[in-house]
This record gives sequence, structure tokens and C-alpha cells, in this order.
Amino acid sequence: MAWFKKNKQPKAPITGEDRTVIPEGLWVKCDSCKEIIYRKEVLARANVCPKCNYHFRISARERLAALFDNGIYEELDLGIVATDPLRFTDTKPYKDRLKQYREKTGMEDAVINAAGRMGGSPVVISAMEYAFMGGSMGSVVGEKIALNVERALERRHPLIVISASGGARMQEGVLSLMQMAKISSLLGKLDDASIPYLSILTDPTTGGVTASFAMLGDLNIAEPRALIGFAGPRVIEQTIRQKLPEGFQRSEFLLEHGMVDLIFERKEMREKLITCLRLLMDPVPAEPALPAGS
Amino acid sequence: MASMEEQDFEKPIEDLTRRIEELSGFGAQQGREREIKKLQDRLQRLREEIYAKLTPWQATLVARHPQRPYPADYIETLFTDFIEFHGDRKFADDPAILAGFAMFHETPVAVIGHQKGRDTKEKIRRNFGMPRPEGYRKALRIMKMAEKFGRPVLTFIDTPGAYPGIGAEERGQAEAIAVNLREMSRLKVPIIVTITGEGGSGGALALGVGDHIQILAHSIYAVISPEGCAAILWKSNEKKQEAARALKLTAPDLKKLGIVDEIVPEPPGGAHAHRERMFEILERVLQRNLESLRSRDMADLLAGRHAKFRAMGSVKIL
Ligand SMILES: [Zn+2]
Repeated sequence: MAWFKKNKQPKAPITGEDRTVIPEGLWVKCDSCKEIIYRKEVLARANVCPKCNYHFRISARERLAALFDNGIYEELDLGIVATDPLRFTDTKPYKDRLKQYREKTGMEDAVINAAGRMGGSPVVISAMEYAFMGGSMGSVVGEKIALNVERALERRHPLIVISASGGARMQEGVLSLMQMAKISSLLGKLDDASIPYLSILTDPTTGGVTASFAMLGDLNIAEPRALIGFAGPRVIEQTIRQKLPEGFQRSEFLLEHGMVDLIFERKEMREKLITCLRLLMDPVPAEPALPAGS
Repeated sequence: MASMEEQDFEKPIEDLTRRIEELSGFGAQQGREREIKKLQDRLQRLREEIYAKLTPWQATLVARHPQRPYPADYIETLFTDFIEFHGDRKFADDPAILAGFAMFHETPVAVIGHQKGRDTKEKIRRNFGMPRPEGYRKALRIMKMAEKFGRPVLTFIDTPGAYPGIGAEERGQAEAIAVNLREMSRLKVPIIVTITGEGGSGGALALGVGDHIQILAHSIYAVISPEGCAAILWKSNEKKQEAARALKLTAPDLKKLGIVDEIVPEPPGGAHAHRERMFEILERVLQRNLESLRSRDMADLLAGRHAKFRAMGSVKIL
């Protein structure tokens, strides 16, 4: 079993195509308010801009570390990797892309499964990694989230899924699409079993991920100003041939239209989730304490 | 250019059809009947040849063929006493989805299908078969009613996809699709899904969870349209043919990948070339599958439906 301690220092930031992840250097420019801010100040505020409250994208590991008690969790379902079932090649073979993202992120695919405790109660969490191919959902993401739903069912522990995804992974074709049905079907069982499922929607959550598990939480909870939608804003603009209104498809827009229950700031996320879980489910009797650290 | 040829594969069929029509137009001259018969045989062989080796892009064009029978045509022909029900009881009625109850032989069933619209006016009214959230919610309402009254559900898929619009997002397009996936997976009546044309991503899947998934031989089912895929991955609309190939969206590929249970054969030249024949074929297939599903125990049926989707995907365990 692999135990992870909370990182004393956040991992090296991901650079490249993802501009909103905090870049390296002493100073950073906020993507939202364009202010130049002292990097340490942003990190001290859980990667939130001190000037405008913009929530920078953070990694799946940082999210897990921030949610579990003492940042300690067990990583599960390691060693499940993509197979390139379509032998897909666009401008580059899918196999090469996978390799590139594995090296870049140090992850096997775009989701981490974890179990641990929050507020002393056991909980299972799947956290998506946007830096891995835009958090796209192929068979591995589908399989791992399915395994965590089954784990939640079996153990009768609440499930949290943290979404950060551009949607289904095109390189696995219709197999990616079917992951939506696969996970939604399992969430139906979790629902029948009255086990809480909290869906956390972070920037961005779009496409097939939104149109399946991300919208099926007992509670759908968003981070401030996250882009959340089915169709991407560019596709909509091209279709309707007009500019989209300010704030369209942002968390606050979804709250206003009744699609999410709550918006939690990152710094209050953990405590508020613990409260929500307590309100939904009686605490599980205490088990022997978890081993401390690795 | 190869791409033009790929686009114009039906041209030889059209040319020959025109020649036969021209010949038939004249008075019955001697020897002409024999000539026509010969040409008709040739036309049949030509159709068989061309349709036996459609490329994925050509299959896409056939799946979208403007004369291809639409779900409404199957509903009208294969069923009796169809009564269309309207509205999601929340916001509106979405004409991009047809839903109601009908008799299939001696069995009352719920029938639900996308509808693209045939002429320009109808296309606009039906939004080219691209549903908004209320369409999916109407579909689910009818399915729940089918469950309540113990009626099997037959869905027919033919859509470019769910509509990407401001109102659709405001009213929860994603939520509507997601809820359908979850609810169809546990609906306590048999569900047969038939992809009759274009299976466009989540907008198709939202009617696509069932016990038996079947696809007409020249239909397609994909996570994104070849055009959309080309634009995103190749950054070029010219690459739609390559994208169609890469996506593995044809019926034989889908069968291999375990997405569909059965390929329903189409007459040579495609469903649009012999509509009556297509209706007969699908009617028999539906009858056989409905009979077999109705004889199953419900717990068994639900377990099988769940297991089918649980198994979809391809991963390697290190
Ligand atoms: Zn800022």
C-alpha cells in the first residue's frame, strides 16, 4: 500500500499548453485580473489570486492533499493504463501522446483514485488531472471512476469525484463515450444504496464528463468561476454566430440556473464538504487509526 | 483528388439509374425490355459492389443521406396506433425528439426517436434533429411512463448531437443527458436501441442505454463528428475523411469494439435505395429481439444491461 503525506511544497507547476496553472518564477500574472502578484502569496492562499479571488488550476494530487485529513490518503487502482484500442493517429500517434503526458505529469492517466478520511470519517475520492491530456475521459478514467464507485458501494463510504476535464477522449472514439453510460449506471446503484455522492466541478468541466457523473451528484458543488458546460463556448459561438454573454457557463451562472447546489471557495472546501457529508450520512464507527505517513 | 472520389461514390449508381429511367420512358420498343432488365441487374450488382466496401466517410454520408428512412418513417410503418405525446412538463415540447406509445404487432410499447426533418421547414422546426434539454426530459418522462405501465421501450437514434446553444446550456443540457443515462440503466422494462442513421455523441447516447443495442449496417456512432474531430485534432476541416477512419465509427468496427450487439443488414444500395425492404428487415429483427427480451426475468435483464456497459472500454493492467 502506498501512503502519501501531504506535500510540504506543491509539486513543480505544470507548464506548456495550460496557461492558467501557476507558472514558475517569483512573480506571476493573474490570468483573470492580469495583476502581477508575488508567487508565494498565491501559494499561501491555496492557489487563489489575492487580488481577484481567481482560482488557479491545481493538480489532482494537490486537491487530494488539501481534502483528506492531514493530507494523508491511500492511492488506489494503480497500474491501469490505456491500450490504444483504435490504434488512433492524428497528427501524432495516440501512443506517443500518452507517453508524452505520462512523462510530463508523472501520472498513468487523467485520474487518481484515493481513499482516506475526512473529518475522521472514511471517504473515497477520484480526482481528475487536467494536465493529463486536458483531463479527457477515455477507458482508463472510466474504469477507475467505476472502480471507485464500486468501492464506495462495497464499503458504504461516501464518494467524491473532482472533475477537471474537457470531456470524452477522442482518441478512444466511441469507447470514451460509453464511459459516460458505464459510470452513470453505477451511480444509479450508489443512489439506490443511499450512499452520498458529492460532485466537485472545477475549471474546466465540459462535454461528456459534465453530461454524466459531474452532474449526477447528490450535491453538485463548484469552485468559483469555473467553466462548466456541455458544449464548449467556442462551439456555441460558432453555432449561434453571436458573442456569449459575460459569465456564461461559469459556476455562478450555473448556480443561478439551478444546476449546482453550491459554490465553495477553495480555502473552505474541505471543512464544508465534511459538514455536508455529516448532514447526509451518519458517521461510520471509528476504526483503528491510519498509519502515519509513509 | 481522392477525396472527391470518396465523396461521389454514388455517382455510378445515379448515372445508371438515370439511363434505365430514360430507356423506360420511351414506348415499348422491341429488345428494349431485355436491355432494361440487363441494366437493372447491373445496377443491382453495382450497388452491392459499392456498398460492400464503403469507406468510413462514405458510411457517414450514407448515414446522413437525405433520403434515408428516419425514425419517424420506421415508427409510421412498423407500428400501429402511434400516439405522440408532447412536452417535458417543465419547459417545452422539443420537436427534435418524437415520443409516444404505439402497438408493435400485439404489444403496446413506448417508441422514442430523434427526428431531423425532411424538408427545410420541418428541419428548422425539428432543429435538424438536435435536441435541447427538454427533448431528453420528454424522452425520460415517456420512459418512466413505460416503466409504470410495463411497456417495453424502443428507441431510434439519428442525430448530429445535442444542440449547442445558450438556452440549452441554461436549462442544463448536460444534466438532462446525464440523468437519462442513469435512469435508462435502471429502467424496469426491456429497452431496445436501434441506431438508424447518425449516432452523434452524448446526444445519441442519451437515448442509447438499453438491453439490446443494434445498428443498421450503414449507420455510424461516434464520440464526435468526423468534421469536429478533424477541426480539433488536425486543425483542418479537410481531414474529415481521415478523422472518420480514425474514429472507428462504422457498424462493423462498433461490433468489434463491443459497443453494439447486432448489425441489422441493409438492402444493397442502402436503406434509402429500398425503403420497403429495410422496413421488412427491421420489423423482423425488432420482433425477434423484443420477444427474446420479454421472456427474460427483470432482475436478470437489469443485471445484464448493467454488465454490458460495465464491460465497455479497453484498459491494460500492469
Ligand atoms: Zn487575479
